[in-house]
Amino acid sequence: MSVTQTDQPRDTAQDTVWVQDVSFIDSIPRSVAMTFVLLVFIGSWQMATSLGLVSPIILPTPLETLQDMIFVGKNLLTGGYMLEALWITLKEVFYGFALAIFLGFTLGVLVGETAFGEKAVMPYLVAIDTMPKVAFAPLFVAWLGFGIESKVALAAFIATFPIVVGTAAGLHAADENARMLFKTMGASRMQTLIKMKLPTGLPQIFTGLKIGAVGVMAGAITGEFLGGGKGFGELIRIAASQLNTPRVFSLILYLSLVGLALYVLVTWTQRKVVFWHKERVGAHDG
Amino acid sequence: MNSAIATQAHSGAQLGAPVYELSNVSKTYARNQVVALDDVSLTLRKSSFSSVIGSSGCGKSTLLKIMAGLIPPTSGRVVLQDRPVTGPRRDIGMMFQHATLFPWRTAVENIVLPIEIRDGRAAAKKALEKAHELLDIVGLKGFENVYPNELSGGMAQRASICRMLITEPAVLLLDEPFSALDELSRDMMNMELQRICREQHATAFLVTHSIQEAVILSDHIYVMKPRPGRLAEIVEVDLPRPRTLDMMTTPKFGAIVDYIRGLLDKGEDM
Repeated sequence: MSVTQTDQPRDTAQDTVWVQDVSFIDSIPRSVAMTFVLLVFIGSWQMATSLGLVSPIILPTPLETLQDMIFVGKNLLTGGYMLEALWITLKEVFYGFALAIFLGFTLGVLVGETAFGEKAVMPYLVAIDTMPKVAFAPLFVAWLGFGIESKVALAAFIATFPIVVGTAAGLHAADENARMLFKTMGASRMQTLIKMKLPTGLPQIFTGLKIGAVGVMAGAITGEFLGGGKGFGELIRIAASQLNTPRVFSLILYLSLVGLALYVLVTWTQRKVVFWHKERVGAHDG
Repeated sequence: MNSAIATQAHSGAQLGAPVYELSNVSKTYARNQVVALDDVSLTLRKSSFSSVIGSSGCGKSTLLKIMAGLIPPTSGRVVLQDRPVTGPRRDIGMMFQHATLFPWRTAVENIVLPIEIRDGRAAAKKALEKAHELLDIVGLKGFENVYPNELSGGMAQRASICRMLITEPAVLLLDEPFSALDELSRDMMNMELQRICREQHATAFLVTHSIQEAVILSDHIYVMKPRPGRLAEIVEVDLPRPRTLDMMTTPKFGAIVDYIRGLLDKGEDM
């Protein structure tokens, strides 16, 4: 502490103390804080179950869940039936995401770049986006059958909209100066789009991709719940119907890892592609 | 007035051949029948520096857009280097309030962008050498491969000067180029601009809100008045060249500034 002069006004002294309080919390590394929360969570979970507050059929103990995770992990590593199921779900997620990126980007450019698209197409997209999209699952099953096609369709259907919105918003992100500059350089519409509007909008496009990545997982699993098949979602459904809650928990946790991996992949790609953009929460580069 | 100084100024400003000529240019926006520009005529001569000054709504940005070929005039002739201006042209260089460098391109890549747009990637690659020379001229040697977010505001504007110069334009249109900078950087950049314009024998046309800036840089100042936007008077600045910041404290500088302020105040009353 360097502020020790006696003639300091009282307010300042109090300020200093207050600042120190905050910096104590700030000084804790994020990993430590996160571990702390995790331990508290698992601790209360263990307490709730071992004190008999919750029936073991409703909530397994953390230990049971861990044991089941090891069991499932072994099955996955040795190429058991669960790996097969996971592989099916991964395919659905992959194809669904690829389809969503293609459709979302194409529609996004149409809506963001053309006056017609913005005027005539966007309202319909907004209208469809407000619908509960999982409700379409039975339709997709009726149209495409019980194979992976119906799950791919639902996953893509859910993930397309955030990508459309992100792309359209990204194309509007370029400021007046940049547009004017391109006009004075005599740039064509295509040049303006490719050399200026798209790169300027990449941060927003990636935001759409990240939301889409979350949606694609939800779509694939919902599709499996409602449309059968042989994926990971089906394993969860069977385990739940047998009241095998530790299995349900461990399958969900493995599934979260897949979702997390997809999200990290998108974020990593963003960092490589949009290398100039320092991500800030709720702010755009000026 | 000091006649020796006046002659010197004239030799630079008056004897150059006309580069850019506007005759009886008017612009009426059809939608709301607003006359943005009314019968404006002006001539920019080779190697001269002119400014346009006026309160907001006096039509100076409309004038600049017409001169840049971004919008057509309703009537009148707009002729650059003996050819009518019908759209954006490579012999028109333009600079804006913000540097508008693209963060995914290095400094040199930003500078050759106009070439890339007009002539393609191969031509842009050939222009890299020239971009290096230009960076040297504006004092950014060694910053060739730096990305814009590592440049300060003044440095970014220097790079955007290079981008403007790379196509060797016949006229430089400067739209309040340094108004986003702090005052110290602004004065310094104005002196830099003067030096670069002299070295390149550039014909420059500056839009500004600052009377001081207009006087320290210009040979001629076009004072505009609003409703309808029109030229009120052309003020000749016969301070010697090269100009220095010290000149801003001379009585002559003060007299010209006062005179222009008087003209603008009258415009406000109307």
